[in-house]
Amino acid sequence: MATGIKDKVAIIGMGCTRFGERWTDGAEDLMVEAFVEALQDAGIEKKEIDAAWLGTCFDEVNVGKSAIPLAQALKLPSIPVTRVENFCATGTEAFRGACYAVASGACRIALALGVEKLKDTGYGGLPGFDTAMGTLNRFILPNFTAPGGFALMATRYFAKYGISPEEGKMALAKISSKSHRCGALNPKAHLRKEVSPEQVLKAPIIAWPLGLFDCCGVSDGAAAAIVTTPDVARGLGKTPVMVKALQIAATSGEEMLTTRWDGTYLKTTTEAAKRAYAEAGITRPREELSVLEVHDCFSITELVTYEDLQISERGRAIRDINEGFFELDGKIPCQSDGGLKCFGHPIGASGIRMIYEVYNQLLHRAGPRQIPDPRLGLTHNLGGIPSFSVCSVGIFGL
Amino acid sequence: MVGILAYGAYLPRYRLERKTVAKAMAWINPAVWGLAGGEKTVAGADEDAITLAVAAARNACRFQRDAACEALFAASTTFPYAERQNAAMIREALSLPEEAAAVDVTGSTRAGTAAILAAAAQVAGGASKRAMVVVADARRTKMGSTEELLFGDGGAALVLGSEGVLAELVGTFSMSADFPGPLRENEKRLGRSWEERWVRDEGYVSLIPKAIHGYLSREKITADLFSALIYPCPYPREHGLIATKLGFSADKVADPMAALVGDTGAPHPLLMLCHVLESASPGDHILVVGYGSGVDVLHFRVTEAAASFKPAWSFDALLARKAPLTPYEKAAAFRELVPVETGLRGEFQAETPLSVQWRYRRAILGLEGSRCRRCGTPQFPPQRICAMGECQAVDEMEPYLFSDKPARIFSYTGDNLAFCLDPPQIYGIVDFDGGGRMMLDFTDCDLESLSVNQPVELHLRRKYHDGQRGVHTYFWKAVPIVSAQA
Repeated sequence: MATGIKDKVAIIGMGCTRFGERWTDGAEDLMVEAFVEALQDAGIEKKEIDAAWLGTCFDEVNVGKSAIPLAQALKLPSIPVTRVENFCATGTEAFRGACYAVASGACRIALALGVEKLKDTGYGGLPGFDTAMGTLNRFILPNFTAPGGFALMATRYFAKYGISPEEGKMALAKISSKSHRCGALNPKAHLRKEVSPEQVLKAPIIAWPLGLFDCCGVSDGAAAAIVTTPDVARGLGKTPVMVKALQIAATSGEEMLTTRWDGTYLKTTTEAAKRAYAEAGITRPREELSVLEVHDCFSITELVTYEDLQISERGRAIRDINEGFFELDGKIPCQSDGGLKCFGHPIGASGIRMIYEVYNQLLHRAGPRQIPDPRLGLTHNLGGIPSFSVCSVGIFGL
Repeated sequence: MVGILAYGAYLPRYRLERKTVAKAMAWINPAVWGLAGGEKTVAGADEDAITLAVAAARNACRFQRDAACEALFAASTTFPYAERQNAAMIREALSLPEEAAAVDVTGSTRAGTAAILAAAAQVAGGASKRAMVVVADARRTKMGSTEELLFGDGGAALVLGSEGVLAELVGTFSMSADFPGPLRENEKRLGRSWEERWVRDEGYVSLIPKAIHGYLSREKITADLFSALIYPCPYPREHGLIATKLGFSADKVADPMAALVGDTGAPHPLLMLCHVLESASPGDHILVVGYGSGVDVLHFRVTEAAASFKPAWSFDALLARKAPLTPYEKAAAFRELVPVETGLRGEFQAETPLSVQWRYRRAILGLEGSRCRRCGTPQFPPQRICAMGECQAVDEMEPYLFSDKPARIFSYTGDNLAFCLDPPQIYGIVDFDGGGRMMLDFTDCDLESLSVNQPVELHLRRKYHDGQRGVHTYFWKAVPIVSAQA
């Protein structure tokens, strides 16, 4: 039985760029920006970093393959650097590599950095998936988009629970509206305007039933984390933010290949969350968690994630939404920084950007968004589409 | 006696009103107003001669694989490939045996009847017990030409054999003639025609009666023998004139379907035959004429067995299943006649790995997956290790065909972001009766009419055309069933 990495790894420094249309900056600039902040925050010298992980997804339009772009942009001194990619879980995957290196004793201090220059792809929304799913799938999968893939879950969810399109869309609109209220308070967010549920409902349809404001933005950004052991952290005089759990679950194909999955939840999130709670020693997530940063690529994703994380009962997320449970002043604020909804989703950066918010909340550095007395925060990423997904769950505390 | 064992027609769902064409294009050719009555069938953006042929064959076979079929004759003037056999692709799609003879028949609109002659000879000579004839055309025409108004798109299929035939092939007569009516150079996408009066008078009205007369006099029979006379001619006045010239009474002349379908080219005589066979009585004699660079004459006699066969979709049901194609520009874009803004998503095309296509051809063209012999779960694409969590059997899979299984909508969306020449791109997940699940494009439907659990049929359609590298790819799409089948 694995013992997990609970309390074996501490975050001592983090950095995050302003997300947005960073037309004048290249991925290298974003990497440097996030790294410099993280290094200053950690209060260490660059030469103390033993290894680094780079998370980036679309290499064709980005920094290219391999980890060389990170090593080169930061001028890392010939240390091991690894590039990882796991769809939208890429950032967390990079962070996991750094954590495992520290937990194993292979490294004293490790860096994880995620970056993505989506605005250089030329696409509204993510670029096409035709080369991302392998050669056979290119012949047999529809030329779907991410909003379309998640819209399928919305039609299933509405059908299973007997929710009218009007009721369902209003619940989704409230999710987006809530995140915009938080994003408006965050200087690093891309979209900083409040949006009412009525405005969300009036937006043009991207993929039925999801409209424009049900979808997160397309942005550029980078985020970085420096991790070490709790002892080293204390030796540096830091208040270490501890990694309580890090779990990833990738689909076995059962959802897509058999008729067993009912299409209204994420099997991978559900499994990753169960394992993360076990690793962190959490038995009552609805009572124990203080703040959530979930993968709100689309409003419906956030809705089912409330259920997959065992915060809301199955089929009852809409009730919690209507009761304000996930608002900034609610029982468990979700997307206190604005989420993907307001940050956009530069894929490699998102997972670490979420950890950055939880880290700041735990250290009471979140300014007007600060949550009183946060104890445990959770981050969640979801790569692929609901029927074909890879999911990460991270839990952090002091 | 060699004859027809099964038949099926196929008409695309889209109809273009000729008035729409005339309104758009009469500025350059006012003569088109004279042809502006009625409507015509138009292949959708994801249809071509291959998909229309496959759809017709599946209609004839009631969506089942005909494993006994030992030969396939595929005819068209508009097959996508000049080199790479179209019949082989169709055979894969129909999951006919690999050893079945596969032949492309092309070169003129007479290709459809020529394919019947070839298939009948194959059966009569004993080389095959059952042979399939699939014929389809989706012709491109110049914008503003009379052909643009006359031509429609469609497909038809016949299964020929010698036992239990529902219409036996009594006799045939053929003549070829280098009548350069419509012509299309090999390297060109669009054809051209000589003067229309000459095409009508020296072509249709001269050659068709000549061949029919040749057959009747050779066999020493008269026109009275026939209860139906089938010949193509897209010009209504000349169509009537041919019958008069031969002494056929007008009520025996089959409707050329100009008003509702248009002239579909190679499949046209077969399409008309499918229509006639549905209401034919035992003992009826039917004369079928194929026209183009000459004339084929086929003489069928309907048997008692005719009453026991019905295609999956009747001709009337195919006619009734329709959606208007508007505006005119959409029809032009479907045929790639004019460049349209597709956005980056429509521009980008990665190289199509043809070795992968070959390795998985049964899955891609045949929709063949696998079924776990241990737990019985069907899976697509074929797997090595069973996807059922508690089974996980390794290499205990057997081939499993999905193309003949009914399915239902599990989830759906209409995607305005994904590139589609006929937006929105509608797709979703479908569950198959008997197990198995796929994420598929939907086609021939409107987003508003979809619902979870709705039944669907599986149809082979174009997936994309990579014009830069000359590759057409095909895969199966779900067609939601909205109305009861006739």
